[in-house]
Parts: sequence; structure tokens; C-alpha cells
Amino acid sequence: MSSEVLLDNPHEMGCTGMPHRKILMWTFLASDCMFFGSLISTYLVYRGHSTDHPLPEDIFDIPLTSTSSFVLLLSSWLMVLALSAIQKGKLWEFRLWTLGVAFFGSIFLGFQVYEFTHFIHAGLTLKQNLFGSTFFVLTGTHGCHVAIGVLWLMSLFFYSFIGGVTKERSLDVEIAGLYWHFVDIVWIVIFTAVYLLEYII
Amino acid sequence: MHIEPVKEKGFYDFLGRQVEPKGLIGWLTTVDHKRIGILYAVTALLWFLVGGIEALAIRSQLAVANQRLYSAETYNQLFTMHGTTMIFLVVMPLAAGFFNYMVPLMIGARDVAFPRLNAFSYWMFLFGSLLINASWLFNAAPNGSWVGYPPLSLFQYSQGHNYDFWLIGLQVLGVASVAASLNFITTIINMRAPGMTMMRLPVFVWMTFVTNFLVVLAFPVVTIALAELMFDRTYATNFFNPMKGGLPIWWQHLFWVFGHPEVYILILPPMGIVSEVLPVFARRPLFGYPLVVGSGMAIGFMGFTVWAHHMFASGMGNIANAAFALTTMTIAVPTGVKIINWVGTLWKGQIRMRTPMLFALGFIYQFMMGGFSGLMHANAAHDSQQHDTYFIVAHFHYVLIGGALFGLWAGIYYWFPKITGRMLNEGRGHAAFWFLFIGFNTTFFPMHWLGLNGMPRRIYSYSHAQGWDELNFLCTCGAFTMAVAVLLLFTDMFWFSLRNGEKAGNDPWDARTLEWTIPSPPPVYNFEEIPQVKALDDFWITKHPELMHHHDDEASHEAGAGHGAGHVHHDDHGIHMPGGSWMPMVASLGFAIGGWGLVHSGGMYHIKEGIQSALDAATKAGINWDTLVNTAQTVVNTKAPDAQNILSVTSAEGVLKLQACYNGVKTAIVGGVLGVLGVFLWALEPIGGYYIVKEKEDRISE
Repeated sequence: MSSEVLLDNPHEMGCTGMPHRKILMWTFLASDCMFFGSLISTYLVYRGHSTDHPLPEDIFDIPLTSTSSFVLLLSSWLMVLALSAIQKGKLWEFRLWTLGVAFFGSIFLGFQVYEFTHFIHAGLTLKQNLFGSTFFVLTGTHGCHVAIGVLWLMSLFFYSFIGGVTKERSLDVEIAGLYWHFVDIVWIVIFTAVYLLEYII
Repeated sequence: MHIEPVKEKGFYDFLGRQVEPKGLIGWLTTVDHKRIGILYAVTALLWFLVGGIEALAIRSQLAVANQRLYSAETYNQLFTMHGTTMIFLVVMPLAAGFFNYMVPLMIGARDVAFPRLNAFSYWMFLFGSLLINASWLFNAAPNGSWVGYPPLSLFQYSQGHNYDFWLIGLQVLGVASVAASLNFITTIINMRAPGMTMMRLPVFVWMTFVTNFLVVLAFPVVTIALAELMFDRTYATNFFNPMKGGLPIWWQHLFWVFGHPEVYILILPPMGIVSEVLPVFARRPLFGYPLVVGSGMAIGFMGFTVWAHHMFASGMGNIANAAFALTTMTIAVPTGVKIINWVGTLWKGQIRMRTPMLFALGFIYQFMMGGFSGLMHANAAHDSQQHDTYFIVAHFHYVLIGGALFGLWAGIYYWFPKITGRMLNEGRGHAAFWFLFIGFNTTFFPMHWLGLNGMPRRIYSYSHAQGWDELNFLCTCGAFTMAVAVLLLFTDMFWFSLRNGEKAGNDPWDARTLEWTIPSPPPVYNFEEIPQVKALDDFWITKHPELMHHHDDEASHEAGAGHGAGHVHHDDHGIHMPGGSWMPMVASLGFAIGGWGLVHSGGMYHIKEGIQSALDAATKAGINWDTLVNTAQTVVNTKAPDAQNILSVTSAEGVLKLQACYNGVKTAIVGGVLGVLGVFLWALEPIGGYYIVKEKEDRISE
């Protein structure tokens, strides 16, 4: 698909028939895998090492976090619709879905802010115990990724009003989409390793 | 031939953006891979002098027993910065300089895939290197070795900003490396000239490719490790704090999961250079090209499986020790394959002993020596004797100087004519080689004995009774001999040959890769016509069909990748050259300022905890923060507690330190915003630039 898209930058397309930026993004995502891999390993290595309360079982609220996870996963679906719309040149549809993705992402972030505040009130801080240190740094890093994604999508949204996002330049949206889906997939791993694992082992 | 600027003009031109790069602004805004390559290499060579002076300072201190040139503290800073500088500010960027300059030329491209990202990488590297070295000005240079093990590196044990400089400096350098690597991977996958299939890539390009994958996969791990240690120091988290259940050993695992691939990041590019130099000066194609490439990939892959051999002495247990001893010995196999192939290339060759060849041969011999001592401590039982002794120091200097540095110097002598258009002097080159070779072996060979005789690493002095005097003095003599070689190279490179060197012409070595098909130095657009590649060593096949009898892959060139390559845009408009840009520098300056702020917020929560009771008392008395800071200033000046007796002299100092941390956070925010703004403006900036249009008559006349 992408190779058929006209590109207004003559330096964009490479000898494999793939645009440069797509290869860059996939390679970056490989790098980001190791980034989150290290954080998740740190969390798992330190499971059960905390010397003080509160521990996960004291404060996790699975229904709440499941809801926010569901919202984040739904946003991936909207992302697919947004890309499909711009590839067909339906600009208004694109704007609607993109706003939807950013909105759902913001809801997820809102839940995270609520959760963090709630945990801090329950006595879990960065320095309280190992669980606090590893949990906040891991989920906080993921939250930063989501926030960057929201910023990126909102930039595309506003940019579309000055003619910056068109059918011919749908690659811009595709790249943002790759990033967004990746951030979602990472959340599935984090949700499993951090939250669900407490109820299995 | 004339130049036509791109029509679009706009907002961005207010910054003095140039159509065609000229003068100082041309260098500051450059997006040309050749200029960026030169910037990388020159910066790395300057840091090489700094790191070398640090090494000489270390050797002067150890020259005789009971020497007291510096305090132990200064000595700690010297060896920490020597290691950090040589690894992150010399070998990696010098290799990056060659990646930048040579990879596009060798694959037949006009630039890298993302020229502005490339500039960003360079500026990040420059500002990161300045940031980490700025610590000297505050007498707070990193002081706990380049591995930064906690608990020593935790705030509780190192309260100065030494480690904060180290952590943030490496973070900035890491961003530079990863950005550059993403760029090169994309370039090598996507910008090969028509017919340049993966198995026709020069070995240097292959090793660049593997190295950059290692960077992309290994640096995120150390990014996390550094971030966790930074959180421990600044926000009082517990990642490596044993009092709260944290495991200092976890730092070692994270660090070496990065650190071992890192040593292959350092050695694979010089291996690639040597694989380019040997065939040219032995007048034979590289023996077993697919095996050399394959073993490079195998080394890269296996580099991720051996990290814990750095931790044999940490008590991991027999099974882990045995497993990592096994993987470590296995990684010697592909390395051995490479050496056999290099020797096979020399076999029956018509060897020309020019300077690059000398350095390449020195590389093979010394890297082998380093490999052998490496195999010795791959054996975990051996290693428990050798760990943290001068034996290890000898081993890794054999690999990193005898290997990496000799390889890089081979590259300098080999490619200097292409980059500057002038040859380096052969006589001075031979002299430099022998000074370096003899000096190096005199410095580091005796260290094997010193280590086996029990001399530990990182000690700043020793007594006569230990019996290390003679060998240490010999080492120091060797170090100063090496300094002569460095002076010879630098004066030759930056003074004599640059001005009066023999003119090089396109192809002074009768070489085989694409960069030698174009003028030296290459024109800004590299290739007038994008070359069509028909075989491995295509240029040699064209020049010397008789040398190449066993290379019969002409038949397969029809199936080559890159047909209809989209980046061949030599159309009616001529060759498009992208315009310069300020944004990469602005963005990286922003991030570096942010880093500066983060350094100075180091220890914030620990400091706050230390003066908590005073802060509570101040809150109770209704004193706001600004007043408290003023009071603290008075208390510190007068060295007497204040009237309300809230602040003692100690807690007043704490308040001032905390205020400095808060200022650091503010600086970090300002810098971060500037950086993000730079990235935004960069993303929206039109490419601009100009077209180089060749008149029809020009083409005919050539």
C-alpha cells in the first residue's frame, strides 16, 4: 500500500520499496522493546523484595485498571479507523477518529493520574518501598509514552487544518499509528505482568 | 554546472538558513553526511588527546612506588574519566565518523536516510561530551570507575554531583548513539544503489549494520539502568538500595547486558575497516566474504549471551558461572573464523606494506593476543584469580588499543586521502606505527605479570614491598612512547599532510569499493550518476578482471535488489541537495541544557529528607520558602544559627543545596521545553536546499 502512495519528498522512498521513516519506526520500536523489557524485568526481579507495606495486594483495584486498559485498547481500534479514513482521503472522518484516539488516550492517562493519587494517599510513594519504586517508574514511563502519543496525534489533528495531513501524506498517520499500537501492546504486557500476575502466582 | 535554489521561502529563513552551505554557518547548520563525519572524527580525536593526557597522568602516578602526585580522589576521577572518555567519546564517535563519511559512499548513496537526524546525533554527542567533562570545572568529575557500581554510586556514599554528571552525560550520549544507529540501519537497508544487494555490501558496511543493531538493542538497557540509578540518587527510590531490599547486583546485570555488547560495538567497526584494508594491500579479494559477514553477525548475536562473565567473582553460583563460561568460550569461535579469513586473505597475496596495512596487521596480532587472554578468564576458575587485577587491564587494552584503536588508525591512514584529497606521509606513518606498536606492547604486556602478581586495578599507589616497581616503571615508559606516536599522527594529519601532502587523486590505493570511484574529496552530491553495481568488489572487477577469477556472480546481478530505486532523482531538475538546518542543534542544545538541570537536581529528595525537621519547624513558624533561603544564606555567612533557632549551620547548608536542586529542576524544564520546541520546528521545516543542474555540454565534455 504505502509504496503506491505519492510522496512529496523525493528523498523519502528507498530501494526496498519501503519509505525510510517506516523502517526507522520499526527499528525504534525494537529498541523500545528492550527499553520496556528492562523496566519490566526490574519489576519482576524485585517482586516480593519489598520490606515495607503497602504491597500490590493491599492496593490494586483490578476492575478499575481493567476499565482503563479496555479504553486504551479501544483507542487502537480508532487508530485503525483514522488511518483507513485518511488513506481514502476522508479528512473529516480522519479528524473525528484521531480526536477519538487522543481522547481515549487521555482517559487512560486520567485513570492513571487517579490511580497514582489514590496509591500515594494509601502510603505508596516512590521511596516507600521497592514495589513503589518499580511500579511508579514502570507505569509512569508507559504513561509518558501515551502522553507523547496524545501530543503527536493532536499535532496531526491541528496540522490537518492547514493542509498538513492529506491522502498523499497518510504515511505520517501510519507512523504515528505504529507507535500508538506499540504503546498499547506494551500495556497488555505490563497489565499482565504487574496486575494480573498478582492473582495467578 | 550551476545551482538553482528551491523555490519555497518562508518562516525558517529568518534564522539565516543557507541555500548552499558556506563558512561557519555552513558547518553549524550542515546536514551533509561528509561534513558531519568530519565533525565527529575531529571531535573524537580532540577527546582522544584529553583521554590520553588522563592516561599519562595515571601512568605518571604509578611510575614509582609511594608516588604522591595527586590525591586518591583525583586519581579516582582520572581513571574513571579516562575509561569513560576513551569508550564513549573516542572509539564510538571515531567509528561513527567513518560510518557517516564512508557508508553512504560505499553503498552508492548521496546521503544518509535522515540528514537532519544525523546532525542531531552529532550535536547531542558534542553537548553530551561537554556536559560530562564540565564536571572537571566543578571538581566533581565522576570518580567510581566507568561501571558505576552501586552502592558506592548511591547518594548515601557519593554526595557530590560526580555521579550525576556521569549518569546524565551518558544518557545524552546514549540518545545520540541510538538516533545515529536508527539512521544508519535505515540507510543501509534502504539506500543501496541499484544492484548493491546485501551480499555485495563491503564488509565495513556490514559491520556498521551489525554494530548499529547492537547499539539499538543494548543502549535502551543502560538507559534504564542509568535512569534507575538517577532516581535512586535524586528521588530517593530503592532500586539499588540494600537497606530496602534492593539488589546492587541487579545494576551489574543491567549494566553488563549493555556493557558486553558495547565492547563489540567498539570492536566490530575496526574489524570492518581491517576487512577493507587487507584485500586492497594484499591484492586479493577478501577470503571467505560470506563467512566474515556471518561471523560478524554471530558475534553480534552472541554478544548478548555472555554478559555475566564480568561477574564471575560476584557469587552467582556454579551453574551460572559454568553457563556463562561456556557461552564466552563459544564466542571465540566466530572471532577465530574472522582471523583465519584475514590470514587467508594474506596467503599468497602480493603484500604492499603501506601504513594502513601495517596498522591492520598490528590489529590482527594484538587483537589475537587480547583474545587469548580473554579466553583465559572466560574460564571462571581462572577468572577468580584475575578478576579486578592488572591482568584484566592488560586484556582489555589489548582488545581496545591493540584491536580497536589500531583498526581505527588503519582507517585514518586508509581514508584520509579520500576525505582531504591528500596522502598522509608514509615515513611519518611508519614511524608512528612503530612507536605505537612498541610503546603499546611495552605498556600493556608487563601488566599481565603485574596482574598475576596480584596488583589490583584502580589503586592509586603501592609500596616497594609489593615488588611491582620495575614492571610499573616499564609500563609508564611505554605509555610515553605511545604519546610520541600520537603526536606524530596529529602533526602529520592536521599540519604537514593537510597542507603539503601529496595529491591523492581518485583512487590512490587501487582499491575496490565505490568511494574510490569518485574524486577526493568527494563533491557535495557524492555521485553524479548513482552507480549500478554488478558484483561484489565491482570496481576491482572493472579494473582488474584477471585478479577476480573466482568471483563469478555477474550472472546473478539481474536479480539484484534496488531496481527502480526511488532515491535516484537525477531528473530534469538536477540533483537535489537538502538545505541546512539550525533545528537539530537547537533541539540538542535544549536537551543538553535539560541534562545540565538534571545534574544539579541530583540528591534532591535525600537532601530534603536530611533537613526535614528544620523544614517542618519553618512551616510551623509560618516562614515561606524564599524567606527560609534568605535566612539560610545569612546563617551560612555568619556561621551562627538564626534568631528563631530554626536553622543550624548544617541545615542551612541543606536548604541552600535544596534550593540549588530546585533551580536545577527549573533549568531541566526550560531545557526540555526548548528541546521539544526544536523537534517540532524541525518536523515542520521544509527541506529547502538547492538543485545542482548539470548542463548538457558539461556531460559531453567529461
